[in-house]
Amino acid sequence: MKMNVNVAVIGGGPAGLAAALECRKNGIDNILVIERDKQLGGILNQCIHPGFGLHVFGEELTGPEYAQRYIDMLSDTDIRTMTDTMVLSLTLQKVIRAVNTTLGVVEIHAKAVILAMGCRERTRGMLRIPGTRPAGIYTAGTAQRLVNIEGLMPGKNTVILGSGDIGLIMARRMTLEGAKVSGVYEIMPKSGGLKRNIVQCLNDFGIPLHLSKTAVEIHGRERIEGITVAAVDENLSPIKGTEEYVECDTLLLSVGLIPENELSRGAGILIDPKTKGPVCESGFETSVPGIFACGNVYKVYDLVDNVTKDSVLAGRYAAEYIRSKSE
Amino acid sequence: MQTTNVTCVICPKGCNIEVDHENRDGKEVVLAVRNNKCPRGYKYASAEVVNPERVLTSTVRLAGGTYPRLSVKSEHPVPKTSLFDCMREIRKVSVTSPVKMGDIIIENVAGTGINIVATHNG
Repeated sequence: MKMNVNVAVIGGGPAGLAAALECRKNGIDNILVIERDKQLGGILNQCIHPGFGLHVFGEELTGPEYAQRYIDMLSDTDIRTMTDTMVLSLTLQKVIRAVNTTLGVVEIHAKAVILAMGCRERTRGMLRIPGTRPAGIYTAGTAQRLVNIEGLMPGKNTVILGSGDIGLIMARRMTLEGAKVSGVYEIMPKSGGLKRNIVQCLNDFGIPLHLSKTAVEIHGRERIEGITVAAVDENLSPIKGTEEYVECDTLLLSVGLIPENELSRGAGILIDPKTKGPVCESGFETSVPGIFACGNVYKVYDLVDNVTKDSVLAGRYAAEYIRSKSE
Repeated sequence: MQTTNVTCVICPKGCNIEVDHENRDGKEVVLAVRNNKCPRGYKYASAEVVNPERVLTSTVRLAGGTYPRLSVKSEHPVPKTSLFDCMREIRKVSVTSPVKMGDIIIENVAGTGINIVATHNG
């Protein structure tokens, strides 16, 4: 099947939804949002905790509420959405190849494309922690999805490596669901998470935060049984003699996020080696004219409110691009 | 008089707020609040000394929805000491689709006087 659209938005999370809506507000019709999950909203749907929307809505919302507001705004427009649809490739000519179970492979020709694919979590493989390769090691976001969306508990006795916000949020979430969280280990001398998350996710529940300490070995054959942690020096190298064994049946990794730009690379879009997001000279336009990027695919944000603000601009510039082409 | 340092959790700024308070007949009374950058911080820091409260978020079982869980929250903050009592009640609940954001899922959870509401359509 072949489709022609004015704007194709890849990703139906907060960035994609805000950009699509702003495009529509600026007079562009025939907009399509493509989302690989079964529902719109992106990662907000699993971020069930409060703390979103203070800047955009002037009130404190949970992630799903923030998402639902945008989903509702979208459904009041003629913007089309394709959920449960995976984009396979994007070309320089702005041709998107996507696949889903009802239409099969779809070829979408767009006048402008907005990239809003979000980011991925760094994994154990990227950390190169020595030891066995047992089950029970998850990124914090995967655990968050399992608990909050699928209704599955990853384990009972958890250790968290890295003190990024998702790790802190999951420390509280696992505790509330009855698991033991014996500690959070952070290699840096300072947590990468927000202060309020240290207070309300760790301190509230008496979960210790161990700074300047990291995992140096993973133990267990089938299932993880524990990790060895060690203090690190100023070069972040483990200090001999400081090793301790910490028992656990689950290890959550909260060690950073990387923009997900496989599609962008495939289209030949220039990627900034520092941010791992597309190089955008101005107006969130990538090195390919007519392809824009916003949200965590562009750079990793701390706050969804800021994602929305920037994505609105990206949507506006995409609309301007289309108008300039049709004049 | 006693001074307590409170890290505000209302917004990502995380202000370090100082609260002067003293115990009068078994009740904490706030005398002064300093270093808060907004009125929300004043309110939060005072409550933190007198009766700490938190918005509780969790999920309940959902039948007939896209996914098997529905996200919920306490409509207002609940006392920190009752978080686990609230969780025990939330864990027992199942709902059936359709549910709309804002629908009451549990009334007066764990005797706190606070309702648990849906935070998403399901």
